[in-house]
Amino acid sequence: MAGLSDGGRRTAEAIIARYPAGRERSAVLPLLYLMQSEEGRLTQDGLRQVGKLLGIRTAEVEAVASFYSMLRMRPTGTHVVSVCTNLSCALRGANEVFAATRDAAGVEHEDETSPDGLFTVHEEECLGACDAAPVVQVDFANHDRVTPERVVELVEALRAGEVPSPSRGRAPKDFRDASRILAGSPPRAGAEEAT
Amino acid sequence: MNAAPTTRIVTANWDVPDVVGIDGYLAAGGYDGLRAALAMTAAEVIDLVKTSGLRGRGGAGFPTGVKWSFVPQDTGKPTYVVANFDESEPGTFNNREIIEREPHRFLEGMAIAAYAVQSHLAFVYCRGEFLWPGEILDAAIREAYAKGVFGASVLGSGFELEVVLHRGAGAYICGEETALLSSLEGYRGQPRLRPPFPAVEGLYASPTLINNVETLATVPSILTRGPEWFAGIGTEKSPGTKIFSVSGKVERPGNYELPLGTPLRTLLEDHAGGVLGGRRLKAWTPGGSSTPMLTEEHLDVGLDFESITAAGSLLGTGAIIVMDDTDCIVEAARRLVQFYAHESCGKCTPCREGTWWVSRVLGRIQEGYGRSEDLPLLDELGENILFKAFCALADGAVSPIQSSLRYFRDEYEAHIAERRCPFTGVGPGGVTPAGSSEASANEAGLTEALT
Repeated sequence: MAGLSDGGRRTAEAIIARYPAGRERSAVLPLLYLMQSEEGRLTQDGLRQVGKLLGIRTAEVEAVASFYSMLRMRPTGTHVVSVCTNLSCALRGANEVFAATRDAAGVEHEDETSPDGLFTVHEEECLGACDAAPVVQVDFANHDRVTPERVVELVEALRAGEVPSPSRGRAPKDFRDASRILAGSPPRAGAEEAT
Repeated sequence: MNAAPTTRIVTANWDVPDVVGIDGYLAAGGYDGLRAALAMTAAEVIDLVKTSGLRGRGGAGFPTGVKWSFVPQDTGKPTYVVANFDESEPGTFNNREIIEREPHRFLEGMAIAAYAVQSHLAFVYCRGEFLWPGEILDAAIREAYAKGVFGASVLGSGFELEVVLHRGAGAYICGEETALLSSLEGYRGQPRLRPPFPAVEGLYASPTLINNVETLATVPSILTRGPEWFAGIGTEKSPGTKIFSVSGKVERPGNYELPLGTPLRTLLEDHAGGVLGGRRLKAWTPGGSSTPMLTEEHLDVGLDFESITAAGSLLGTGAIIVMDDTDCIVEAARRLVQFYAHESCGKCTPCREGTWWVSRVLGRIQEGYGRSEDLPLLDELGENILFKAFCALADGAVSPIQSSLRYFRDEYEAHIAERRCPFTGVGPGGVTPAGSSEASANEAGLTEALT
């Protein structure tokens, strides 16, 4: 049973402290991200721990977790590759990019995760970067104007243990790292004394 | 950004280096609007924004100053401001670029809004998939605290404002303001019945102002340059500028800020470089996938709330998705309806079930298994979804169905008559796609299930 590390527990307390007193439940999404960053996905035990931290039932936590596509309760690859196939991207060739991504990652049939556990390939809805269609996110870092050839390069780079440079910003190391970023940064310097 | 002269307000500094950081922003006159606001009373700030005529840029176009005035004071409860940065309407990407290029312009507008409604705690609900924009925002908020813009005494005024960044987790519905509040409170992102409106009973059942990122980013210039200046741009009823997000089959996809009322032709030809490869414009959405498609005959319609409504659509988020004469309208409609089927929160039957059935019917028509009865069936399904669900997501799903049938019914009929897609040739009346026989058989089976 993997649980939160001591560091993770301190981070969890800091996350809860972002919200007004008595409104701790607002911390459920960042806490789920935090748990996901520790375990690579959400397990029943992880949901239970979030429930304990917030004083709500595991079923309530699961009801929330199961609603959001970025919180993953199914087996999940080390890397999540999301390919937008919504209209603006589809008009620019996204369906071919999606097919090439699945092939390159070795995802078969109706599956979403490769048998080697390296990749989850997700058919994504609009990622809000339609000027750069077709858009691919590798662990939520954007890659612009991706061709089927380019996505094969991205997948091969990940397979070789590299972190491909995104079109803007910095890339998380993997899906767990991305989840850690999404849980939020540590509190501002001095914020603790202020409260 | 482009050669043609334009009036730029929100994007005015996009060519200025370093405005992503607070020092660069301050050097460019940043936070002067907030200073001006703090020197006025809250009521005066609201009146000024009312006078400007600014309307919400998130889709509905409600007058911003009026919305601010709806937030009651002295209720004995805290008042909250929530900035909606859950940008996910397909085709829309202006909020993201505002944050990536100049996050402080938005934060300044949010602080002005908080002062106007006398709120001391503001949340920014950032779309989960916006990992990097969220990091930029996080850094900008820290900078603003460090410079005394946020905290116990905003710019030394004695007015307190705390700001919390909250990340979503992948759900389009959370852009709907009441669903966003449910999500922020730690629940599934499902919409709530209105009234009570969020202004009165919003976050934690307290008075809450919710505004879109572009709306808030427009506010600082109204404070520094005056409401009359702003009202003089655009049209009488749709004053100011709008950042239009142009995507799909155009030469230069991107964000273009132009006065409201600018005809599509100007945006498309003078700014976005025309239809890709010089092809013919077939269809376009004026405000994202939830707004009814228009066609080539609407090229000279002004992009403002009134003109687009008169043309039978909605300005929405100003997201223009362009399709050319090689694009299959049935495939486009199917893809969009699939989106709504996927993103339906499941609360209301007409939306949850209706979008699922419509995507199946569109799918079989596209693949050459459609029947002549399918077109009246689609009409009926559309009628049974439109205005019959809790929130506007369902109505958005009907837009691509009804508008594509209105303008391109002949194309649907051709799919059915020829038993194949006229564009790809795929279907039992044409070529069979490799490896898809099973899927097609399933679609054919659904034909039986629907009768």
